[in-house]
Amino acid sequence: MKLIDSYVYLDRLKELIYSLLEQRDLIKEEGKELFPLRISTPLVNYGFVSMLKGGVIMDVTNERQAEIAEDAGAVGVMVLDKLPYDVRKAGGVARTADASIIKRVMDSITIPVSAKCRIAHEWEARILEELGVDLIDESEVLTPADESAHIDKWKFRTPFVNGARNLPEALRRIEEGAAMIRTKGEPGTGNVAEAVKHIKLVNRDISILRGYAQAGDFEAILSYSRQNQVNYELALLTAKLGRLPVVNFAAGGIATPADAALMMWLGADGIFVGSGIFKSADPENRARAIVIATTHWDDPEAVAEAQSMVSERGALEGIDLKQLRPEELMQVRGV
Amino acid sequence: MKIGIIAVQGDFLEHAEIVREIGGEPVYVKKPMDLEGIDALIIPGGESTSIGKLLSRAGLEERVRELALEGMPVLGTCAGAILLAKRVTDRRVGEVKQPLLGVMDISVVRNFYGRQRESFETSVEVEGVGKVRAAFIRAPAIDQAWGSARIISYLDFPPYGRTGVAAIQKNVIAVTFHPEITGDYSLHRYILTLGKR
Repeated sequence: MKLIDSYVYLDRLKELIYSLLEQRDLIKEEGKELFPLRISTPLVNYGFVSMLKGGVIMDVTNERQAEIAEDAGAVGVMVLDKLPYDVRKAGGVARTADASIIKRVMDSITIPVSAKCRIAHEWEARILEELGVDLIDESEVLTPADESAHIDKWKFRTPFVNGARNLPEALRRIEEGAAMIRTKGEPGTGNVAEAVKHIKLVNRDISILRGYAQAGDFEAILSYSRQNQVNYELALLTAKLGRLPVVNFAAGGIATPADAALMMWLGADGIFVGSGIFKSADPENRARAIVIATTHWDDPEAVAEAQSMVSERGALEGIDLKQLRPEELMQVRGV
Repeated sequence: MKIGIIAVQGDFLEHAEIVREIGGEPVYVKKPMDLEGIDALIIPGGESTSIGKLLSRAGLEERVRELALEGMPVLGTCAGAILLAKRVTDRRVGEVKQPLLGVMDISVVRNFYGRQRESFETSVEVEGVGKVRAAFIRAPAIDQAWGSARIISYLDFPPYGRTGVAAIQKNVIAVTFHPEITGDYSLHRYILTLGKR
């Protein structure tokens, strides 16, 4: 089973789900389907995030920071109003970034621009799509608009990335149309412990499912999918593939080159870095060093070199998770 | 046959899957020593600025350029095509400063068809290869070829007319789309035949 097969499979799954609607549209816009170019298909969306593999996406709040990220070799930037660290300090309701800032960032750099919308806030997502961002993050870092639902992402032309703390959460988001998953961590803390915990939980369930598939025990896969409220076909696909059927980046608390290399070693396809860079004393150097450590994570010499580009004294101070009150945790939003 | 795949960033996994499928042995290239003993080289899709910067930082830039000029078959897809070009501009931002390998006499325009929202799938006819199922993802276009470089595939794109989507110069092929995402093996098979010559 190959990763490409999973894209093709998910593409078909979407086609099945929406085949009736498509029939309706076909009649409505008769002849349009004969157009030889198919724009914004799931396949080009899975393909797009696949191009980001092995790279670093950096949180930015203005075009100056976006340029620093591009110069450092980031594969993309994520525009937000406040970095997670500042969201924690400021309190209140966190919403999507200013449209004017997003536009300015898109005009100043050539790498992909992503932006965050609130969980289930369909109209913030619509606005981001209208502005032309390349990737929408339906994110627990902002205040959720609905505590119990997510956006139906199949309806959008723009790909989505969603957070997940374990495999069932990830598969539920993929079923809703997410083209990419990021393991959640605990954002804005500079503490990588939760990101490690989440990716290990995902890995554990994948290896359990893979074991079932190898033993031909499809009943166990079915029972897993029922217990965890996930689609059986997606659980089966994951079991056969032996990895998440879409690209998975690690996020939440990554602050040093060593953190980035650790997450890659644990099986992440790439890294999101938020407060870790622009809340440190040395953003330019740190951004470059984290990019090098992400690419060469399997080469201790290169990671050591990257790590020596930065000083622990300049790192984001960090917050001990044990000092956070339960209501201050962001990772629990939107399961 | 050992096929090197530049693996500093991008969709090298998908390329490796296809190389394995057609009977080649994929070799991930992250350091100059990984280039030893390979018969052909693939530069995958990804972010051309990131790949370019990582190539020069890893000390790969010079050696890859030499290999291409010495006659090793090279396939560049999307970001790979940008890196192979001698001249690069961006449709929105204009002149861009980014490290390039610059081994092909072609000029490309980055993000030609628009942003991710405008990405699309289609089939294109490539001279010497045939019909290829192609995904264009924030794709560039080849607007000029000179010297011994030649454009070998065009696409009729409604708002902009005829655009170049593949070019060849001796042993080096640049395509602005992704055959590795659609599971089309024909271009990979084609570079294997270049290697046997």
